[in-house]
Amino acid sequence: MTEPVLVLAGLQKTFGALKVTDGVSLSVAPGELHALIGPNGAGKTTLVHQISGMLRPDTGSISFRGRDITALPPEKRARAGLARTFQITSTIPSLSVLENVALGVQARAAHPLALFRNAAHDESLNGPARAAIEAVGLADRAHVLAGSLSHGEKRALEIAMALTLEPAAILLDEPLAGVGREEGERLIALLRSLKGRYAMLLVEHDMEAVFALADTVSVLVYGRVIASGNPATVRADPAVREAYLGEEG
Amino acid sequence: MSSADAAAAIPAPTRRRPVIAIILFALLALLPVAVSLGLPPHWLTLLTRAMIFAIAALSLDLILGVGGLVSFGHAAFVGIGAYATGIMITEGQTETLLILPVVVLLCALFGAVTGAVSLRTRGVTFIMITLAFGQMVYFLAQALSAYGGDDGLTLYERSTLLGFEPFKNRTGFYYVVLGVLIACYGLISVIVASRFGRALRAARENATRVAVTGFRVKGIQLLAYVISGMIAGLSGFLLANHTDFVSPAFMSWPRSGELIFMVVLGGVGSLHGAIIGAIAFLLTEDVLSGLTEHWKVIFGPMIVLFVLFTHGGLVGLLRKLGLGRHD
Ligand SMILES: Nc1ncnc2c1ncn2[C@@H]1O[C@H](COP(=O)(O)OP(=O)(O)OP(=O)(O)O)[C@@H](O)[C@H]1O
Ligand SMILES: [Mg+2]
Repeated sequence: MTEPVLVLAGLQKTFGALKVTDGVSLSVAPGELHALIGPNGAGKTTLVHQISGMLRPDTGSISFRGRDITALPPEKRARAGLARTFQITSTIPSLSVLENVALGVQARAAHPLALFRNAAHDESLNGPARAAIEAVGLADRAHVLAGSLSHGEKRALEIAMALTLEPAAILLDEPLAGVGREEGERLIALLRSLKGRYAMLLVEHDMEAVFALADTVSVLVYGRVIASGNPATVRADPAVREAYLGEEG
Repeated sequence: MSSADAAAAIPAPTRRRPVIAIILFALLALLPVAVSLGLPPHWLTLLTRAMIFAIAALSLDLILGVGGLVSFGHAAFVGIGAYATGIMITEGQTETLLILPVVVLLCALFGAVTGAVSLRTRGVTFIMITLAFGQMVYFLAQALSAYGGDDGLTLYERSTLLGFEPFKNRTGFYYVVLGVLIACYGLISVIVASRFGRALRAARENATRVAVTGFRVKGIQLLAYVISGMIAGLSGFLLANHTDFVSPAFMSWPRSGELIFMVVLGGVGSLHGAIIGAIAFLLTEDVLSGLTEHWKVIFGPMIVLFVLFTHGGLVGLLRKLGLGRHD
C-alpha cells in the first residue's frame, strides 16, 4: 500500500465543555477522495480548521506527506501543498477572478512578495492562473470581480485557487452547499475531473454526490468517527443509519 | 475547443493610467507660474505645506487604504523625522545626505518595533495601541529638555545638499517638495501594483484566505507598516525645514487623526485621494482660520458632515460624477 498523504492521529479539540473533536484518526491516500459526512454541528468544519492550521488541536497529531505539521501555521501548510476551500466561500471580493487565482500562483512563485514587480500583467502568474480558471470552467468570467460572482461560481473559484497551489491534498468544506441544482451538477463534474489527481477530503451533506464520488466515507457524530470504509459498507452500517442517514429517511 | 484555446480567449487585463494624479501634478507644477503672474505668494507656502502633509497622508494610505490597518499613531513618524532633522541641524549637521538616512532608519526601527507589537492585535485594539505608541513619542519629545522640551525647538538653519541650499528659496523649496511628492506617489503606486501590494490588498479583505494561500499575513503587514513609516519620516524632514521649528505637537494624537481624515476626505486606497484630501484639508483650514479664530468650531462639524454624506470621500464624489478610475 502507498503511504497516505494525510494522517490524523487521535485529534481532540474542546470548546469549553464541548468536545468538538473526540479522538479522530483517519488517513487519506494519494488520489483518494475521502468523504466526511455527519449531522450539523458534528465538528466537520472544526476538523478541517485543525487540518489547515486555523485551529490547533488540544492533543493528537497531523502529518502531511510524512511530516508532522501539527504545529505549523496555515501558510506553511499551504506552501507544503495542503489546500482548502471554505464552507462559507472565501475569496478576495474586490479582485478579479484572474487576480484571485493569480494570487495563488504567486504564492508558489520564486519571489512571491516582490516589492517592485508588477503583478497584474505578469504572464508568469497569469498563464497558470488562466489554465486553472479554464479547468474550473470560469474562462468567460476571468475579469469579473470575485464579489460579483454567483454562489456556485465562487465555489468554483475557490477550487481554482486551491489548484494553483499544486496541492498534494485538498480539503473541501461543503463545496455544494447553497448552490443551485444546475451549478451543483457542474461542480460535481468538476470534482469528478479532479478525482484521482489529488488526495481530497470532502465534507458534504449532499449524499447523492458523496456516494457517487467518494472512495472512502467516514461518518462523524459528536466529534467521533463512528464508521469508516467504502461507501457501500458505510451506507449499510446500522449505527450510521440510526445516527445520521436515518434522519434523511 | 481545447483548453489552450479557451485560456487564450481570456483577454489580458486592461491597463489603467493614473489620469487624476497626472492632472493634479501638472496643476501643482503650474502654481509658481500663477504666482509669478500675480497670485499671492502665500499660496506657495500654503501649498508647500499641503504637499508635505500629502506625503504623510499618502504613506498612511498605503497601510490604511490599501492594507486596511487603521493606524492612529502615524504622526509619530512625521514627528520622529522632524525631530531627527531638528536635532541634527541644531547640532550643526545640515547635510541632507546625512540627515535623511538617520530619519529613515529611525522610522524603520520605530515602525518595526511598534508594528510588530501592534500587529498582534486587530480592529479597535490596533487603533488604540498605535495611538498609545504615538503618544509615547509625544511625551518623549516633551521630555527632551535639551531640545526645547514642551516649547519645541526653533531651527536657525535649513538642511543643505552637498553645499547647495535647496530649501532656501521659496519656489525652489516648492519644487523640491513637489518632486518628492511625485516620487513617493510613484514609489507607492509601484508597490501597490506589485506582487507584495496585491497580497497586502488581499489581506485587507480576507486575511484568512491569504494565509491559507501560503502567505504570512503579519509579515506582509509589518513590511507595509515600516515602509509607510519611513515615507512619513521623510515628510517630517521636509516639515522641519519648512516651518523652521519642531514641536511635540507634531506627533500628538490629533495630528494622527488629521492624517486619517485627509485620507478619508480624498477617498481611501486610491493614493491620489490622499493628496487631494491633504490639500483640501489645509486649504479649508487656511480659509476658515482667516475668517474667525473659532474656525475649529466650524471645521469639526464640516468633517463629520462630509464623512456622513459622501461615500468614498472626494474621490468617491469625482467618481460619482463620472471622473476618475473605476476599480
Ligand atoms: N469557535 C468556537 N467556539 C465555540 N464553539 C464552537 C466554535 N466553533 C464551532 N463551535 C461548535 O462546535 C460544534 C461543531 O461545529 P462545526 O462547525 O465544526 O460543525 P460542522 O460539523 O461543520 O457543522 P455543519 O454541518 O453545520 O457545518 C458546533 O456545536 C459549534 O457550535
Ligand atoms: Mg461545517
